[in-house]
Amino acid sequence: MENIIDYLKAERSQEWRAEVRKRMKAKERTSLQRINMPEEDPDVRNKNSVEVNKGLAPEMAIAEAHRCLDCADPTCITGCPVGINIPKFIKQIEVEDFAGAAVTLKETNALPAVCGRVCPQEKQCELNCFYTQKLDKPPIAIGYLERFAADWERNSGKMSVPKTEKHNKIKVGVVGSGPAGLAAAGDLAKYGYDVTVFEALHEVGGVLKYGIPEFRLPNELVDVEIETMRKMGIKFRTDFIVGKTATFDDLKKEGFQAFFVGSGAGLPRFMNIPGENLNGIFSSNEYLTRINLMHAASDEYDTPVISGKNVAVIGGGNTAMDSVRTAKRLGADKAMIIYRRSEAEMPARIEEIKHAKEEGIIFMNLHNPLEYYSDENGRVKQVKLQKMELGEPDASGRRRPIPIEGSEFIIDVDTVVVSVGVSPNPLIPKALKNLKVTDWGTIVVDPDTMQSSVPEIFAGGDIVRGGATVILAMGDGRKAAAGMHKYIQEKIQAN
Amino acid sequence: MFKARIFFYFWQLKILIKNYFRQKKMSKILEKEFFSKNVVKLVLEAPEIARTRKPGHFVIVRIDEKGERIPLTISAADEKKGTITLVIQRVGVTSAKLCNMNVGDVIMDVVGPLGTATHIEKVGTVLCAGGGVGVAPMLPIVEGLKKAGNRVITILAARSKDLIILEDQMREFSDEVIVMTDDGSYGKKGLVTAGMEEVINREKVDLCFVIGPAIMMKFGALTTKKYNIPTMASLNTIMVDGTGMCGACRVHIGGKTRFVCVDGPEFDAHQVDFDEMMTRLGAYKEQEYEAYQKYLQTVEA
Ligand SMILES: Cc1cc2nc3c(=O)[nH]c(=O)nc-3n(C[C@H](O)[C@H](O)[C@H](O)COP(=O)(O)OP(=O)(O)OC[C@H]3O[C@@H](n4cnc5c(N)ncnc54)[C@H](O)[C@@H]3O)c2cc1C
Ligand SMILES: Cc1cc2nc3c(=O)[nH]c(=O)nc-3n(C[C@H](O)[C@H](O)[C@H](O)COP(=O)(O)OP(=O)(O)OC[C@H]3O[C@@H](n4cnc5c(N)ncnc54)[C@H](O)[C@@H]3O)c2cc1C
Ligand code: SF4
Ligand code: SF4
Ligand code: FES
Repeated sequence: MENIIDYLKAERSQEWRAEVRKRMKAKERTSLQRINMPEEDPDVRNKNSVEVNKGLAPEMAIAEAHRCLDCADPTCITGCPVGINIPKFIKQIEVEDFAGAAVTLKETNALPAVCGRVCPQEKQCELNCFYTQKLDKPPIAIGYLERFAADWERNSGKMSVPKTEKHNKIKVGVVGSGPAGLAAAGDLAKYGYDVTVFEALHEVGGVLKYGIPEFRLPNELVDVEIETMRKMGIKFRTDFIVGKTATFDDLKKEGFQAFFVGSGAGLPRFMNIPGENLNGIFSSNEYLTRINLMHAASDEYDTPVISGKNVAVIGGGNTAMDSVRTAKRLGADKAMIIYRRSEAEMPARIEEIKHAKEEGIIFMNLHNPLEYYSDENGRVKQVKLQKMELGEPDASGRRRPIPIEGSEFIIDVDTVVVSVGVSPNPLIPKALKNLKVTDWGTIVVDPDTMQSSVPEIFAGGDIVRGGATVILAMGDGRKAAAGMHKYIQEKIQAN
Repeated sequence: MFKARIFFYFWQLKILIKNYFRQKKMSKILEKEFFSKNVVKLVLEAPEIARTRKPGHFVIVRIDEKGERIPLTISAADEKKGTITLVIQRVGVTSAKLCNMNVGDVIMDVVGPLGTATHIEKVGTVLCAGGGVGVAPMLPIVEGLKKAGNRVITILAARSKDLIILEDQMREFSDEVIVMTDDGSYGKKGLVTAGMEEVINREKVDLCFVIGPAIMMKFGALTTKKYNIPTMASLNTIMVDGTGMCGACRVHIGGKTRFVCVDGPEFDAHQVDFDEMMTRLGAYKEQEYEAYQKYLQTVEA
């Protein structure tokens, strides 16, 4: 920790930074207004899959960068799980060194274009910004600026391929190609390893591809990052389920020395209420996978999806928001969120809730489904809801929802998306009998090295956390890569 | 100089293409045989799957970039040659496309082996009732049961003679094969359940497998329930990923929702809610019908 603080201090005291700080008085900086993100018109965008946020123009980014005070104690950094040097990259934007800003971001974050779009900034970096903490003003738009620098680099056509150490010919495997796996693979390649990423699905990217929709995170952007990783020499094997297509032992025989498991939290939960297996009721994973991965909404693709006029989405997280906004785009007249607590407790990103409202999504907060009813063909036609009120906070710190007796009523629905959470993917724990897992099914790891109870297996992301965020998953992947590097080097020295 | 550059690009392109194929691991069709007009056997290149698969496992295939993912049982495999065998019945767009593919064509994605392998042990006499294309997934089970030392009686049932498949292969691993057709055009006339009752009344049956259309499994299960014979069914629900991620394949088993792709595909037939399963199989009926009509037009055109 000490040396990180020293490093940040040294960086901050560089001449150019000191000079930029002096360009404008702090008073003046704090009197500037936070920039607004240009957005597609809600009435247009809720009928197509165009990205909602259009991105900042250079002059807007520069203006926003001026607000940042380049604090002596940059508390914003403590809010970022990967510790991006936030004031440095922002000041680089201020002096129009956009390429430099991108380099700064990539020092610690392999996917800045993704994080700038999907991080819950209001709970992380921006929450800890001096403006939020001390000035009670809107924080610096760190996420927007991060996205700006990353997009600028990509559009410049001069994407830098990270330098890798000399190839050491040691084979390591990465299981799962979500953000955790990609981050681990990136760092392992930088250390010089021969990295192969195994992915069960036919596309690389995990939730970034099959979950988060195009209007929030264009696939093309993920593909560009993956292309860069291929250029670093990382191999990708799709349609390959570790533990099924080949076991860990098979792979070890092929020469793999260590593995990073980032297999995600892929198992959807249901509520186990009557009628939940009727046609027209999906898990959000199925609904979003059909549309995002299988392109079911496009006539040219063979996969079908049913998405009706009255769509109810159960839940209040990002997955629920993505599902309900997708339903609206597929032509729903009424696309509803049914959430058992109030808006204040919603786990979704604030921006997504705001966008959903603008797009005409109906919010039925403090409601919970009890039972589904079908038409004569077995398709859902109605749902019985119960009203809820909030009681004392529970273990999660959120106020517990309590049913109001006698408040039940029935509404018409023809499609329901159940988005009440996921459990850890059981494939890997099932395939490795001596792997230590919690009662929840998450893999137990050493928090510093991410090493599991099986020495050559490291893990991170949702399979360890049980459901978290993109940036936390990536942070884990990087930490695990460092842990693996240490483990392998020590093993080599011991021999 | 110019030539060198062209050469360089060419070389890069070659590497790109090579990498693409290597990383995608496309599966080539090595053999094709028609069992009947609407049932085709395909032998595919899939060395890893051939090595690790066991009876009861299945794969998910996606023909091309725009294709859907459909589950198909691995009906046989040859580890040395690195091949797996699929038997496909033409029922809709994807199965029809597969039936129309030829030796040398490649299937973009084949992933597996999926599902929980069949629990095979020596129990005594096992009655295996396969209906329609359910005969294909039954083959490796019959083979496994026989090799484990059981007496295996196999019933092959179909609407009519031309729909009876894999008879010779089944005979190889069965102590007795009974053929039943609805119209009596081959073997005995009658439904599969009639054949099952005949065997059960004749001798002691320790275990039963029923695999076929949902309606056939439902009545097969009701039949053995009467005689309290433990019975397994292999469910063919609609699937997407096949890894437990989506829940499309879910069905109530003994009052609890289970995922067929990871918890199955075989379950205690007496616990399966077959009515729910049948309803769920019909979820996309209209879209499937429309898509099939459209496909037929393009094929004929
Ligand atoms: C719809 C949706 C919206 C979200 N929105 C946000 C957001 O806005 N901001 C945010 O920060 N987070 C968001 N999240 C959460 C975030 O996406 C996850 O926390 C993150 O993706 C976890 O990354 P991961 O790498 O651990 O796992 P995943 O991204 O789940 O990737 C795991 C991968 O491993 C593969 N796999 C599993 N088992 C095997 C095996 N045995 N062999 C080979 N491959 C295997 C899977 O197919 C999958 O591709 C969202 C999640 C969803 C579902
Ligand atoms: C574990 C498992 C193993 C299977 N093994 C085989 C096999 O070895 N050989 C084989 O031919 N088929 C097998 N099936 C069934 C096969 O997956 C379907 O026939 C296929 O998905 C139909 O796709 P389609 O596009 O051709 O037809 P669709 O257009 O999707 O469907 C056409 C008709 O088939 C019905 N149908 C759709 N999906 C299924 C299904 N999963 N099972 C039964 N009927 C369905 C529909 O209700 C519709 O009436 C298996 C299914 C599962 C779940
Ligand atoms: S990675 Fe996420 S938390 Fe870190 S600075 Fe960027 S937006 Fe903020
Ligand atoms: S805390 Fe806010 S103002 Fe201070 S350096 Fe960080 S982003 Fe800039
Ligand atoms: S097919 Fe998706 S969970 Fe079974």
